[in-house]
Amino acid sequence: MHSSPHILKPASVRSVMLKVLVALLPGIVAYVWFFGAAILVQLALASVAALLAEALVLKARGKPIRIFLTDGSALVTAWLIALTFPPIAPWWLTVVGVLLAIVVAKHLFGGLGQNPFNPAMVAFCALIVAYPQLMSQWPRAELNALGPMLQAIFGGDRQLDAMIMATPLDALRTVLRDPEQNASIAGILGSHATFGNVGGRGWEWVAAGYLLGGLWLLQQRIITWHVPVAFIVTLTVIATGFNVAMPERFVGANFHLFTGGAMLGAFFIATDPVSGATTPLGKLIFAAGAALLTWIIRSFGAYPDGMAFAILLMNLFVPLIDMGTQPKVFGHDRKSAP
Amino acid sequence: MFELFRFPGGVKPVSNKQSSADAAIVAAPLPDLLVVPFRQSATGSATIQIQAGDRVLKGQIIGAAEGAFGTTVHAPTSGTVRALESRPLPHPSGLAAPCAIIEPDGAERWIERVPLDPFVCDPALVRARIRDAGIVGLGGAAFPSHVKAQASIDTLILNGAECEPWITCDDRLMRERAADIVAGGAIVRHLMGARRVLIGVEDNKPEAAAALRAAVKTAGHNDMQVVGVPTLYPAGGEKQLIRVLTGIEIPYGKLGPDFGVQCFNVGTVYAVARAVLYGEALVARIVTLAGNYATPGNHEVPIGTPIDALLALGQPKADTDRIVMGGPMMGFVVPDTGVPVVKATNCLLAMSPALFPPPEPEMPCIRCGACTRACPMVLQPHELYWFARAKNFGKAQEYHLFDCIECGCCAYVCPSRIPLVDYYRFAKSEIRARERDRIAADRARERHEFRQYREEREKAEKAAKLAAKAAETKAKLAQEEALKATADTAGPKADVTAENPLLGTDATAQSGASTAADKLALIAAAQARVAAKQAAQESKDSA
Repeated sequence: MHSSPHILKPASVRSVMLKVLVALLPGIVAYVWFFGAAILVQLALASVAALLAEALVLKARGKPIRIFLTDGSALVTAWLIALTFPPIAPWWLTVVGVLLAIVVAKHLFGGLGQNPFNPAMVAFCALIVAYPQLMSQWPRAELNALGPMLQAIFGGDRQLDAMIMATPLDALRTVLRDPEQNASIAGILGSHATFGNVGGRGWEWVAAGYLLGGLWLLQQRIITWHVPVAFIVTLTVIATGFNVAMPERFVGANFHLFTGGAMLGAFFIATDPVSGATTPLGKLIFAAGAALLTWIIRSFGAYPDGMAFAILLMNLFVPLIDMGTQPKVFGHDRKSAP
Repeated sequence: MFELFRFPGGVKPVSNKQSSADAAIVAAPLPDLLVVPFRQSATGSATIQIQAGDRVLKGQIIGAAEGAFGTTVHAPTSGTVRALESRPLPHPSGLAAPCAIIEPDGAERWIERVPLDPFVCDPALVRARIRDAGIVGLGGAAFPSHVKAQASIDTLILNGAECEPWITCDDRLMRERAADIVAGGAIVRHLMGARRVLIGVEDNKPEAAAALRAAVKTAGHNDMQVVGVPTLYPAGGEKQLIRVLTGIEIPYGKLGPDFGVQCFNVGTVYAVARAVLYGEALVARIVTLAGNYATPGNHEVPIGTPIDALLALGQPKADTDRIVMGGPMMGFVVPDTGVPVVKATNCLLAMSPALFPPPEPEMPCIRCGACTRACPMVLQPHELYWFARAKNFGKAQEYHLFDCIECGCCAYVCPSRIPLVDYYRFAKSEIRARERDRIAADRARERHEFRQYREEREKAEKAAKLAAKAAETKAKLAQEEALKATADTAGPKADVTAENPLLGTDATAQSGASTAADKLALIAAAQARVAAKQAAQESKDSA
């Protein structure tokens, strides 16, 4: 017998997840436009691997397969992996990433809703540590023919020198840290083929696509404003501050925002409800912390993009953040919150 | 323009009020048998005043108020008491309680009705009248109104929000009987010394608000104001309506009068007006029949009418699979439609799988936070859910479980379709049960400890007595021997005693003996104390 309430708002985990997938589409369209259709192959590859892995683990765990397989959560993880991995990553790298995310990061921790860490980011971090080179090879924006890219994904022999380059973040850091180059940021950004008008060439449009999808998620109330606003504001403030103080050493905010995983992180990854903070103040702290760590890792760290590490590090603090940011209960003093 | 405040959270379910709101209130016919429970309020039962076979009149007291929180129970119509027996009540558990089974004679003969002028007579008399008329909160809580009317307040709030979807009994009452609602409000305002009266009506009931405004104007109450409040569930919750109208937030454990406000349902003050101005006890109430009926509507129903008889008036459609008492957000499924209508019965919602589809299978919580945004008490429903699931009740209380008003907003919005309110009810009842167990265990331990103490004390006393006796015998023997010795050699021994100025010759042996006995007794007592201490330590350890 059911007890009250006897009416429910039309809502489901599936519809939440499907809306997240839909919101990723504008970014994917821009991605295909600038970097070729290989990303679609990666998305399909990751999706199939994720659904298979999910089904097998659900079976092994004795969970209802149909309900959980169709909840869409595995697809979201798969798409985030495909979108954060290089589009010409060998197929096995993507598959291993998906397995790490679904089997280890998600189901070994208890499955949907139980994972303390964002599964896609666990996969990204594990593989960039294990295969730093493979995880840093990005195709040149102008060379987006599908054939060679498929060869790179599925072929055993990877003759990539002609078609790969570093990501904008990577390129900038390499140049900045090479004392012999003695280049200024303005010089690099103006001259280098990697860089576009705002961020990285092509990347700025992909980021804009994510921004558009993210705004739609906001409008659909799938996410709240707290995480994206805190993430973007923090990254903007700190990047601008250092850029103004030391323009030859630190790049400006628009570059940070429109390059790498910043927009994807702000709207799709730091907003992951399962591994993120849940209180309004907690979300602000979580996202601000993630943005700060992203900037620090990008500016001083050894890896091209710091977003994934930043998210995982902040995931660690979520229980603490949530506990310390309980809102004032109706009628109570702020003091009485636990 | 009246300044309104917002309460946090809230949801906007489809109101579905149209079908029953358009139909005027009709008097329900008398059933063959009325089942009148003697427990009609949230706080207590009534003392049975009749016997099987008695003839009763409409409005005659059949159950007397018990204690300060009790309420009076009346015969809802004239007729014959057929039996006094235990019958199931409209309660989620199907709990049974004593009821009077009355066969109506159809004459509807009232007992003598005596009007009262509330503005002239002693307020205590008016309160007694409210109690003797059996008036309780008709919004659903069924708390005795005379108790609520005791406080002295600044603002009286009449709750006409009726925020639950489907229910329209208050709406119809306000439209059709606004004058008596306003009159009742004026009586309660006078009783409680309130400066002003605010009548809160959700803005989806403009006809009701207009009728009330007209009635207020006609009655010429300058201190009474009808205020439209935004339609947002649960705006009709007491705490939420007080917040919206006055800005005051009443925390858990506090009552309206602590902040100078008190809130009554419009139906309740209507009943007050009928009781005071017309001498009519509360023997009927308006009940909405809404949902899966051929003819939904509102009926004025004698208390005690079996739900079956009432349902027949609405003609539930064939696919009706259950009846909910109350609204869809907070009502409960009636376990047995033979139960009677009681004073808290505001609506009988007929449900069918087509109209109220069963929820999709429950999924794990994904911490999406929809519940936290919907919670009008600013709780963290998902955290409470985890604590309740883990039976971590201490943590649940720390996160203000008992502030939860069970409005159902969290479960309504949950995309994982988790029956969250069930978890909170479970946790609350577990905590209450544990609290009861703890108190019972404390009492048992105290009893046990006292018994142990008493036994130890008796043992010690016995030991002391025995020791004293032994000492006495010893002393006696010593005395006899001493006497013998003195008789034998009088000189030196007597000198020894004579040297001690404190001891008289004759007293020597006696006092010597008593000191010895004292010593023994002291030793025994000390031993007893040690034993008692050990026992106490053991009982503490075992506890």
